[in-house]
Amino acid sequence: MCASVKYGSRGPALIPRMKTKYRIYYITLFSVVLLGLIATGMFQFWPHSIESSAEWSLDRRSVHDAPLVRIPMSSPIPERGDLSCRMHTCFDVYRCGYNPKNKIKVYIYPLQRFVDEVGVPISSTGLSREYNDLLSAISDSDFYTDDVSRACLFIPSIDVLNQNSLRIRETAQALAMLPRWDKGMNHLLFNMLPGGPPDYNTALDVPRDRALLAGGGFSTWTYRQGYDVSIPVYSPLSVEVDLPERQPGPRRYFILSSQTAIHREYRVELERLKEENGEALLLLDKCSNLSQGLASVRKRCYKGQVYDYPQILQESSFCVVLRGARLGQATLSDVLQAGCVPVIMADSYILPFSEVLDWKRASVVIPEEKLPEMYTILKSIPHRQVEEMQRQKWTSVNSPLFLPLIPPRSPGFTAVVLTYDRIESLFRVITEISKVPSLAKLLVVWNNQNKSPPEESLWPKVAVPLKVLRTKENKLSNRFFPFDEIETEAVLAIDDDIIMLTSDELQFGYEVWREFPDRLVGYPGRLHLWDHEMGKWKYESEWTNEVSMVLTGAAFYHKYFNYLYTYKMPGDIKNWVDAHMNCEDIAMNFLVANITGKAPIKVTPRKKFKCPECTAIDGLSLDQTHMVERSECINKFASVFATMPLKVVEHRADPVLYKDDFPEKLKSFPNIGSL
Amino acid sequence: MQARKKYVLLGLCMCCWLLLYYWGGLQERLLGLITHKRGEVARPWPSWLDRDLLPGYADQAELQNDGGSGDSPRQRRQSWAGIYKDSRCRMDTCFDFARCQGQSGFRVYIYPPEKGERVSESYHKILTSVVESRYYTSDPREACLFVLGIDTLDRDQLSTQFVPNVDERIRGYPLWNDGRNHVIFNLYSGTWPNYTEDLGFNVGQAILAKASLNTEHFRPGFDISIPLFSKEHPQKGGERGWLVRNTVPPRRKYLLMFKGKRYLTGIGSDTRNALHHIHNGKDIVSLTTCRHGKDWEKHKDTRCDHDNQEYERFDYQELLHNSTFCLVPRGRRLGSFRFLESLQAACIPVLLSNGWELPFSDVIQWNQAVIEGDERLLLQVPSTVRAVGIDRVLALRQRTQMLWEAYFSSVDKIVLTTLEIIKDRVYSHISRNKFMWNALPGGLLVLPEYSTHLAHYPFYYLNLGKPEFTAVIHATSPLVSQSQPIMKLLQVVSKSKYCSQIIILWNSEKPPPHRSKWPPMPVPLIITDGRRKTSSRFLPHAAIETEAVLSLDEDTVLLTSEIDFAFHVWRSFPERIVGYPPRSHFWDPVKKAWGYTSKWTNEYSIVLTGAAFYHRYYHHLFSHYLPSSLRVLVDRTSNCEDILMNFLVSSVTNLPPIKVAQRKQYKEMPTLQTAPWVNPEHFTQRQECVSTFASWFGYMPLVHSQFRLDPVLFKDHVSVLRKRYKDLERV
Repeated sequence: MCASVKYGSRGPALIPRMKTKYRIYYITLFSVVLLGLIATGMFQFWPHSIESSAEWSLDRRSVHDAPLVRIPMSSPIPERGDLSCRMHTCFDVYRCGYNPKNKIKVYIYPLQRFVDEVGVPISSTGLSREYNDLLSAISDSDFYTDDVSRACLFIPSIDVLNQNSLRIRETAQALAMLPRWDKGMNHLLFNMLPGGPPDYNTALDVPRDRALLAGGGFSTWTYRQGYDVSIPVYSPLSVEVDLPERQPGPRRYFILSSQTAIHREYRVELERLKEENGEALLLLDKCSNLSQGLASVRKRCYKGQVYDYPQILQESSFCVVLRGARLGQATLSDVLQAGCVPVIMADSYILPFSEVLDWKRASVVIPEEKLPEMYTILKSIPHRQVEEMQRQKWTSVNSPLFLPLIPPRSPGFTAVVLTYDRIESLFRVITEISKVPSLAKLLVVWNNQNKSPPEESLWPKVAVPLKVLRTKENKLSNRFFPFDEIETEAVLAIDDDIIMLTSDELQFGYEVWREFPDRLVGYPGRLHLWDHEMGKWKYESEWTNEVSMVLTGAAFYHKYFNYLYTYKMPGDIKNWVDAHMNCEDIAMNFLVANITGKAPIKVTPRKKFKCPECTAIDGLSLDQTHMVERSECINKFASVFATMPLKVVEHRADPVLYKDDFPEKLKSFPNIGSL
Repeated sequence: MQARKKYVLLGLCMCCWLLLYYWGGLQERLLGLITHKRGEVARPWPSWLDRDLLPGYADQAELQNDGGSGDSPRQRRQSWAGIYKDSRCRMDTCFDFARCQGQSGFRVYIYPPEKGERVSESYHKILTSVVESRYYTSDPREACLFVLGIDTLDRDQLSTQFVPNVDERIRGYPLWNDGRNHVIFNLYSGTWPNYTEDLGFNVGQAILAKASLNTEHFRPGFDISIPLFSKEHPQKGGERGWLVRNTVPPRRKYLLMFKGKRYLTGIGSDTRNALHHIHNGKDIVSLTTCRHGKDWEKHKDTRCDHDNQEYERFDYQELLHNSTFCLVPRGRRLGSFRFLESLQAACIPVLLSNGWELPFSDVIQWNQAVIEGDERLLLQVPSTVRAVGIDRVLALRQRTQMLWEAYFSSVDKIVLTTLEIIKDRVYSHISRNKFMWNALPGGLLVLPEYSTHLAHYPFYYLNLGKPEFTAVIHATSPLVSQSQPIMKLLQVVSKSKYCSQIIILWNSEKPPPHRSKWPPMPVPLIITDGRRKTSSRFLPHAAIETEAVLSLDEDTVLLTSEIDFAFHVWRSFPERIVGYPPRSHFWDPVKKAWGYTSKWTNEYSIVLTGAAFYHRYYHHLFSHYLPSSLRVLVDRTSNCEDILMNFLVSSVTNLPPIKVAQRKQYKEMPTLQTAPWVNPEHFTQRQECVSTFASWFGYMPLVHSQFRLDPVLFKDHVSVLRKRYKDLERV
């Protein structure tokens, strides 16, 4: 204010000097600007104040405080849903602007209570617990936005989960009154119980223009593939009753039918099945002698005997889920929760989330017509498959290099030699490797920051490109860095003291790697063992009959694993390895075995390696402490991976004619195994 | 003056105050925007005070007693057939399942060709595929499915291959029955300018197997979308995918490419006319030419000359090989040849074809192999594909190859996939699940009649069952003495702790000897009559209960430890054949034919099944997947069954078999002068077999390997006592 006074005090001095004509002009202009400013100010504040104060200032309120909206009789009604709607015809993608996370944004309309002209609400229940939970879940997710202008998808807070509690016409009018309705574009409705007596349509009867529908109980004729979503019919029992987890295995009953509203015709069929197969089938119905109410919902009866529902579902291998008047049945949720394999008989039913779920792996779908054959069909399913179905989750290894390719021999492999300062030994290794026909390039990872690599002229002359890469820190993980200089798929990781491998052995190793490009193919093999006394894993380097790891002091592998090691190594393993200056090879073996589910391949016979594992520590450690530390690594990594991914095998790869009585000069790889 | 000054002062003060007010508000708003961006403090859905008092969406009793007393379900199902016809057809309402429940099972009948009927090259291939498939029947009475003899592939009235009067003709067929249980193949429908999906005749209740299907007209679970393929598409075998290695990083020279026609007018021009916008001449090459059709110069616009020039600068094949992503926009119709071309080239397809029902969408999970774009968002495509990470590129690219080789590389595969999809619907409770269709080696090599359980198959690397095997010994010579090789073999095999049963397949001219003639065994011994057919050794005998089969000739000489070791190796490679004596195939450039050799070489591509482990599922494939003509050949010559088995397994795995260590050379010194393999004719037959098999498969599935698997300490300078398989080293 002070500044304005100062400014103001200087102002009047200017005006008297003006001519009157100009003064009038000036004042007119001034008032116009003033009015403009007021208008702008209003515009700046107005829309905000409404949203922030009136709607949201109270954090905890009752649903009854939601504003009341009266629907005029003549309010427009949307058109019935358009069956030909697809994403590219009825959905406005331009509202879902591209963002790097590929996340769509979802807006939820604030709660309103809609009533008709005489004040009768459009729904007998109003907001239901389930719909409120659903909206809360969306609101808690990353998809949620409260900014209507940024939203791609709009969710009305009008609860249409159960069509029976709705007044169809008024609900439709309420939808059309939503401020962004725009023919229902990009609006998503949730409905679990569609249709009503007598014909029970399979999709929500509320006219809804182009709105998307997440519905429970679609038939193939009402479901718009790629547009609608099929959802399960929620069963409130799942929160009320806590069922213990059952291990897969045989159950007391083979087939259980627990539904109470099965059509007479089907019940007759089921009873016939029961007669034929006796005890294997349990056919339950309503309890006639119990009083109505909650208890009857939780009880089932067979010939006077009372069973607890849904607990009884856990006593059977298969549970029947027959369609009723509607296709979607809440029983399906109960059955799945109980770990019973559902036998779904509902012709034309679009199973929940069928576009992403593989229902054939978790259920048996039988045409209604084949109900009499149900027993025979179910009996023909192997036990192991039933157990897999009961488990409801499947583990399958998804290797990133899953295609069975045998890459061509050219362009060969890149040798990556890790070195610190053993120049003489390094030069010998380089000279040896350079004789390998398929060598494409030599990279020397110079891990010594205190010393420069020797001058170029001193290096051995080799026929392939040789490049020295100086590192910033002496870290073991440097050897597994996905250098741009590695242009081949195959990498040979080799220590600077592995001088004993012949050119034949290396070339053969590369040939074997070509047949196993998704595995580690290495020379010295190692084994992990379970130490029963100590109750933990133990590292074994003695000459054993088994192999579960190969040392990366001399091993071929795919460059992709360098990416994995550098960027996707789980937990703190990478730092741990760098800090301890040990076990980088074990970590690599864990990583590859874990992602591929396969064992490494050891190639060629035993060789006397000069303490291949001491390279990085430069002989500082004694054998004993070294072994202890390596065992520790295995235990540490197994706990980080939360499993023991290593696979034990009893084989190694040799050339086809190795040690065979055959002229040496005709063998592709004669110089194998010689010391 | 004084008063005026006062007013002016007051006015100015107000003005300043308003300015401040305005600025303050703006700042607050800016602040709000900044914090909005930073913290994303969205106002959540309120947590209501009376949340716990809210009513449930439905009464539990209402949920459980869901109006079961309605109409009779039987009547409802019957009335469906009357309501859901034609454009609303589903298998339940428009398909006669009863026709497929007979003894003969799933059989396909083709209408006989009519006089003077001309059938296009592509349709001829389709019909050939059906005839050569194991489902073909020439008897319409046992047929479950019918295929028209009339060529319906090209229904463009302007095309030379258009067949007129189809409607009248099919209605004259006594079997037509309004198209029930018929499949109609079609590649092109509609014509300039709208290219509607109208076939020009009433398909009625027939299943449409059609290219370029639109989701709106597609009858889900009933019609089948097939890919558009050219008339040069091979009948069988087909070219392999182009991917030979998984380079890392997986980016190729170009990020995204397109080369094709630009439509200036008509349907499809919205997209084709915009493609040039994303061309940057560097990593995105999107080339369109106006030069197509007769009167292109009439519609020519200002871009045309420049575009046409740029178009000539790049070679399509070169782009296909060197591009990470390939744009597959719609043409006049929704599907285009580019789809299959880019799949084969391992160039990840980026689809711009709104409403296209992708080929075999019933079973193939396309999101694992392609990027589905939106024609409306063409300009976002570059940034979308740039954002795809290396893991995803690797996965998508390999997936294109898997799908290409499993379902698309030949007309045979396309037709067979169509038939298998229908068959899966007909016998829905013995059908493949989505995993089987989408994992290697693909759905066509999975026979659900064998099992619907994944763990029963060799390829999915799920946990194997118990470590045990069944030995199947092929016996051809009569039992005369207790010192016969088969007696020794029985001893050796039964000593293995992994052997759970032995089956002797009796293929001798003499009847099988009495049970008492066989020595007592620690495991069950089953004698089965092979009816003197060589192919019987690979019959899926019901008696085989284990996953692993050890196939043996009666005169095989093996050690128990050799068997044990090979079994261990097999458990690491359950999808391959693991055996002992190797053989090899080679290409003879002089004869221009495949050759077969039994010489010792540095590599091999076959292991003899006279002593080999493999998964029992291959018995099923051998007996049910291979055509009977090949099995007849094997039986007629009493030869080559092992070569055929190697062909089969390598065609499934794309990998070589595995040879394991063995003590001494098996069968290299013939002991019996009567042995068939000393006969030179026997060898010539085997040469011929290799050629015959290669021509049936349409390519050479055998793959060479250069290694053999030995025990870890095999012939190492280590104390014998340390070695688990020391017997292997004894001479």
